[in-house]
Amino acid sequence: MAASVPTAASRRPQPWWRTQRAQQWLVGYAFLVPDVLGLAVFIALPILGAVFISFHEWTGIGERHWNGLSNYATLVHDAAFLESLKITAIYTFTFVPLLYVIALALALLVNQGLKLTGFLRSAFFAPYMVSLVVASVIWSFMLEDPAGVINSVIGWLGIPPQPWLGSTRLALTSVILVTLWQSVGYSMIIFLAGLQDIPAVYYEAARIDGAGAFRRFRYITLPLLNRTSVFVLLISFIGAFQLFDPIFVMTKGGPADATTTAVYYIYRQAFQFLQLGYASALSVALFAIILVFSLLQLRVFRDRADE
Amino acid sequence: MSSAPSRAPRERPRRARRARRGRSWADRLVLYVLAAISFVVLAGPLLWMLSSSLKGPGEVLASPPTLFPHEVRWQNYRDVFGQVPFARYMLNSLLVAGVVTVLALLFHSMAAYSLARLRFPGRDRIFLAILMTLMVPFTVITVPLFIIVDWLGWVDSYLGLIVPMIPHAFGIFLLRQFYLSIPLELEEAAIMDGASLVGVYWHIVLPLSRPVLAALAVFFFLANWNNFLWPLIVTQDEARWVVQLGIQRFTGEHATAYNLIMAASTCAALPTLILFFVLQKRLVEGVKLTGLKG
Repeated sequence: MAASVPTAASRRPQPWWRTQRAQQWLVGYAFLVPDVLGLAVFIALPILGAVFISFHEWTGIGERHWNGLSNYATLVHDAAFLESLKITAIYTFTFVPLLYVIALALALLVNQGLKLTGFLRSAFFAPYMVSLVVASVIWSFMLEDPAGVINSVIGWLGIPPQPWLGSTRLALTSVILVTLWQSVGYSMIIFLAGLQDIPAVYYEAARIDGAGAFRRFRYITLPLLNRTSVFVLLISFIGAFQLFDPIFVMTKGGPADATTTAVYYIYRQAFQFLQLGYASALSVALFAIILVFSLLQLRVFRDRADE
Repeated sequence: MSSAPSRAPRERPRRARRARRGRSWADRLVLYVLAAISFVVLAGPLLWMLSSSLKGPGEVLASPPTLFPHEVRWQNYRDVFGQVPFARYMLNSLLVAGVVTVLALLFHSMAAYSLARLRFPGRDRIFLAILMTLMVPFTVITVPLFIIVDWLGWVDSYLGLIVPMIPHAFGIFLLRQFYLSIPLELEEAAIMDGASLVGVYWHIVLPLSRPVLAALAVFFFLANWNNFLWPLIVTQDEARWVVQLGIQRFTGEHATAYNLIMAASTCAALPTLILFFVLQKRLVEGVKLTGLKG
């Protein structure tokens, strides 16, 4: 290492803080200060703070009252919170598989060496450039009932106009559509990178052995994309569980709480009803759920990779 | 050469073989039809936003819908900027996203250099602690984070919008991986010539990491420009609103003036879309970087 190399400078007598060793220490710590401080104050402290506040009743102004575990006792019986968890779960377990399949299909499509591939790839990725807020605004407009363009399009197919965002039956579906539209391009690019890392020799060999397209996909593409798949699923799962922006913009949790996700429910408890203690307890519970699921997911995939 | 064949020569025999089998044209037709459908579904809404932003109030929800505006109405854009301080929102977003990006890259690369190259006690434990913060989803800490920022007196200020968005373990992690992958020789030579460690970082490590920093920069800028939840919580004062907040409120106030809403949406989306078309390569690199090395 650099430290052990005798340098011209080290032969002369010098103050202790000019020695290589001291410099490594000093610069090493000094360079870590801004980020470590930031992470400590804005991530570590809040998560500890959330746990601390969750043992209190507090509106943000005035006194905090210690109430032990009673926030947690409340949340396990809070029907509205449990319902929001259920809605979050329905959303997540519909959104994530669809995202996976569509993103992989799009990646395969732009990996076929079609003409205009570069153009198509850009077009498919472009929605990701738009924020979820703008995406929600665009789709609110397109899903407008009865005069929106989507209702016109399904009208040509003979389907009557639907109250996309106004019915409890369709609102969550609409939200799934919007978020899929916005985020599928990102996962597509990741899959594409994964696909291009697979050596073409494998496909050639399989073809010589007479394997059809489906078998090549099943026995070469999918297994070799395992690492990429873990990443895409994990990231989209964690993102989906925290769904907020489209709910806030498109439905405000409605109609009749049909799209009130867990994060939106927590937001309302904290910033509308000023139940900061209770909202913190809900946050801690959500954190625990996300953590358990992510670890499970990693585990499942690691086991599958080991097979 | 032969050990790493480029993509082009690989593709040619494959296509030739398909052509020989004689079902190539049918295959291709299916693929092109799928591509066309995907294009309409994915790019369509963006083009629809653009087209609708130039329509008159009577035409925007016309039935049957018109693909192109009968009469191009630039007035919509003037109205958006005239009715609400939309320029202000956009400048706020630019300031916040720009400052976060620059400071984050500086701090992350410093931390990454320290963690990848320097030797001091506790280094690996600090790195592990940094990685552990990755497990904390942002929405989970918004309530206590707001309390901390409020306690610092940063609510409704640029500091409140900017500072909490800077620390990000993933950026540190990626840059550290990159620094571990570049050869040591240059740095060692510079130190033998009497360069200080700070000098090595500034004159050698930073320039070497320009490509990876550029890729991350596009990514950070995008994430911060598009951020909504945190600005929503930390700003009430309209003078501090970022564009995502502005557009959301604008939508609330002009519920049915969809031509104006679409003009505002186009303004909010345009900077990132332009960024995308100009820096597409960097961005794709950034996605791969965040995706594959993760």
